[in-house]
Amino acid sequence: MTELADYDDLLTRYEPALGLEVHVELNTATKMFCGCANEFGGEPNTHTCPVCLGLPGSLPVINGKAVESAIRIGLALNCSIASWCRMARKNYFYPDMTKNFQTSQYDEPIAFDGYVDLEVDGETYRVEVERAHMEEDAGKATHVGGSGRITGADYSLIDYNRAGVPLIEIVTKPILGTGDKAPQVARAYVAHLRELVKALGVSDARMEQGSLRCDANISLAPIGADRLGTRTETKNVNSLRSVETAISYEMTRQAAILDDGGRIKQETRHFHEADGTTSPGRSKEEAEDYRYFAEPDLMPIAPSAEWVEELRATLPEPPAERRRRLQAAWGFSDIDFGAVVNSGALTLVEETVQAGATPAAARKWWVTELARRANETGVEIDALAITPAQVAGVQALVDEGRVNDKLARQVIDGVLAGEGEPAEVVEKRGLAVVSDTGALSAAVDDVIAKNPDVAAKIRDGKVAAAGALIGQVMKAMRGQADAAKVRELILEKLA
Amino acid sequence: MDELIRLSAAELGRRMAAGELTSEELTRACLARIEALNPTLNAFLHVDAEGALAAARAVDARRAAGDELGPLAGVPIGVKDNYCTTDMPTTCGSRMLQGWIPPYDATVVKRLREAGLVIVGKTNMDEFAMGSSTETSFYGPTRNPWDTDRIPGGSGGGSAAAVASFMVPLAVGSDTGGSIRQPGAVTGTVGVKPTYGGVSRYGLVAMASSLDQPGPCTRSTEDAALLQAVIGGYDAHDSASLNMPVPDLIAAAQAADLTGVRIGVVTEFQGEGYERGVLERFAEAVELLRAAGAEIFEVSCPAFTYALPAYYLIQPAELSSNLARFDGMRYGLRAGDDGTHSAEQVMNLSREEGFGREAKRRIIIGTYALSAGYYDAYYGSAQKVRTLIQADFTKAFETVDVLISPTTPTVAFRIGERMSDPMSMYLADLCTIPSNMAGNASASFPCGLSDGLPVGLQVMAPPMADERLYRVGGVLERALESAWGHPLLDVLPTIDTQAVTA
Repeated sequence: MTELADYDDLLTRYEPALGLEVHVELNTATKMFCGCANEFGGEPNTHTCPVCLGLPGSLPVINGKAVESAIRIGLALNCSIASWCRMARKNYFYPDMTKNFQTSQYDEPIAFDGYVDLEVDGETYRVEVERAHMEEDAGKATHVGGSGRITGADYSLIDYNRAGVPLIEIVTKPILGTGDKAPQVARAYVAHLRELVKALGVSDARMEQGSLRCDANISLAPIGADRLGTRTETKNVNSLRSVETAISYEMTRQAAILDDGGRIKQETRHFHEADGTTSPGRSKEEAEDYRYFAEPDLMPIAPSAEWVEELRATLPEPPAERRRRLQAAWGFSDIDFGAVVNSGALTLVEETVQAGATPAAARKWWVTELARRANETGVEIDALAITPAQVAGVQALVDEGRVNDKLARQVIDGVLAGEGEPAEVVEKRGLAVVSDTGALSAAVDDVIAKNPDVAAKIRDGKVAAAGALIGQVMKAMRGQADAAKVRELILEKLA
Repeated sequence: MDELIRLSAAELGRRMAAGELTSEELTRACLARIEALNPTLNAFLHVDAEGALAAARAVDARRAAGDELGPLAGVPIGVKDNYCTTDMPTTCGSRMLQGWIPPYDATVVKRLREAGLVIVGKTNMDEFAMGSSTETSFYGPTRNPWDTDRIPGGSGGGSAAAVASFMVPLAVGSDTGGSIRQPGAVTGTVGVKPTYGGVSRYGLVAMASSLDQPGPCTRSTEDAALLQAVIGGYDAHDSASLNMPVPDLIAAAQAADLTGVRIGVVTEFQGEGYERGVLERFAEAVELLRAAGAEIFEVSCPAFTYALPAYYLIQPAELSSNLARFDGMRYGLRAGDDGTHSAEQVMNLSREEGFGREAKRRIIIGTYALSAGYYDAYYGSAQKVRTLIQADFTKAFETVDVLISPTTPTVAFRIGERMSDPMSMYLADLCTIPSNMAGNASASFPCGLSDGLPVGLQVMAPPMADERLYRVGGVLERALESAWGHPLLDVLPTIDTQAVTA
């Protein structure tokens, strides 16, 4: 186990610098340079053609929709859009790269010099965006045998379905001045990007499927130093929580080494979800030489000023403004609203309200019940198999008195299990609250007969004791009794 | 020699349309000629007799059924072995791709098939189109029909030799630094490099992407125009493809005179290093063009002097990247995969065995030229030279309609003569390279013999003005015809199939 420094203590000596590289997979219908379907999953090597397989003689043709998405992302990040730029070849060897070069952008990114303002614990942090550029994804290699890494594997299986999927890489400038908030700022930034690209409709931004992934660079420098420390790059951090955990872990790991008088090795590191630690990956001691040059098979990209302005006009409401508007409309406290934002359910709550639920009810289901289930099953909250309209439907059943909150949770279970719409689940599972006076009356009589002492107390005017009897009636009715009605009956019978 | 195969493709097309000839008969005649000569010339790497005859019969059937067919329907053609074909191997003259049959057809091949041409086989070439003599082919050199001890030019020596020796009336080549024109010059054939983007590169195995251009190799100007009309035009699969109307090349090839055409003779491409016979034939051709009504000027293009060295940085740089995909993993040769070698070792062994000397030399040069710290000094500077060459062309075309020069400084050299001296080999493309660097249109036309060997005249036109090549070439061809026959037919020496030693 690596020795770690105390987090609060290290901040008295070191200043962290963050650098975040986020890859966003675009949800275009086809791949970046060919007409193959851009779909997640599928039988291995079924979404392929000579172009994305890099067969001799094949040529790329750029996907106009991907360029459009890139420009919209750039605009939403307050970037300048290049009036003329090119794709470049990044030459290196890896078995999942069909051409042994990656078509990417180098010194001519389509979008550059932007920023994002983030609010963390009531303070605003500005993250400067250096660039957002287009590139293609590689295939997926599975190394079989040995440690599961390429070295020492018996053989490797390669699925090229993902090869050529369009990506936008968004790179920040070094983020300074975040102090002890570094992990939270990083998390807020990634959450912001995720919300943004979803609002733009350009990506599903599913971190667990890798359609939005973050590489986190972090370094520490002694407070007051005039240069940045040596950084490490933690690759493929695939959830918001992991972004936060990985950065605080790296800070405490690096501080311990520096405190000992050691040097930080510049390297890539792997993050381990299970225990929140990182371990060394490929060493980056020598500078890599990718032998970049302008991709000669693709014509330059020259978006006209008119087109860029047209795209600017299609941008959704900026996230900060949207949040202010929604918080005001819903009348939530900062804490209540923050809980919605942090659970990644802002849009879901908004849509649930649009579907007829009150803001409080929508918040209650998403932030408590559904966020917990998402967490337990390890999927993003918006990947749960329940729609905002269905959640609003569940609340409507509660409002109509057909189910109580406890039963409503079972209705949600049913919807998640694919048993149909909320009303159907109530039907199938027999969950409706029993308010039929005859059945309730019989159950109440039964409980009174079995508990003469308690009944006596209530007759004596100790109304509070009714709670115990209500509980027993509910139990007898498997939770499906209308509690108010039960209480009414008990008091009536023992008056 | 069968009289049939001496005819031009245009004439053969006319006879088939008139019902005087079937494609099957013609294809059989070509296959017989190939069978007789190919063991000597090694122009074809692969001949698909069955497939060709089936295609010929299909065209004959369509014609019999009254289908409207193009002017070249039923004409046999050879395809350079760097075009992807689904029914024949595509080796690029390399061991690396020995026996590889692509799962898709190149756009050029697709268009040939759609126009009813009969693909008889794949022609020999320098490995991955690197060379000026077809000697770097893993499958042995092609020989020049005019003198089997000599090279047929390169890299498209197989296509040029096949056409020059009447194996087929037509072939397609690819021209990166002169690989259609230089073989054309030394075999007495017409070789055209259309404007960059004029013919789709999709399915042409890339050597240097920004320079590669498919084009026709034929025995007459009209045939070349007919063939370019078939294979050219916009293709959505090639991002560099020009999406604009193609001028009437066929009409241009049939033009009667050059009245009012201004022709610039490039002063840089003459004098020292140029064989006397080459310069004499060139000078005679200039007089014929003048007599046909052209105005002749001397034009200086100073940056052309730097074209060759700049080319030998850009071309290896791009090819080092293009050839990186040949790693022995997915297709083609795999060496050392016996369970005792790692994936990386298998990759190294495959490349060691799969690539020839010239390929390795250029991959190393290109990798070096692109590497960090040398990029600006080499690749970057070469790109600047490229801009200067384009500027020279632009300036020249303000005063003249076309530029001309000898296509090559010398006639065909002897096999083996330059193999140990790459620099002398590279000089064979001295005059052809500027057009590739600028992306404009260029062609070589036969203009006579020197010591019994063909000499070529190069015509260079601005981008998208390919019709000017055909106009000049057509008029020159007719002017020479009275002295020569059409063109060079009567002076082709008999090929002595016994004299060649392996």
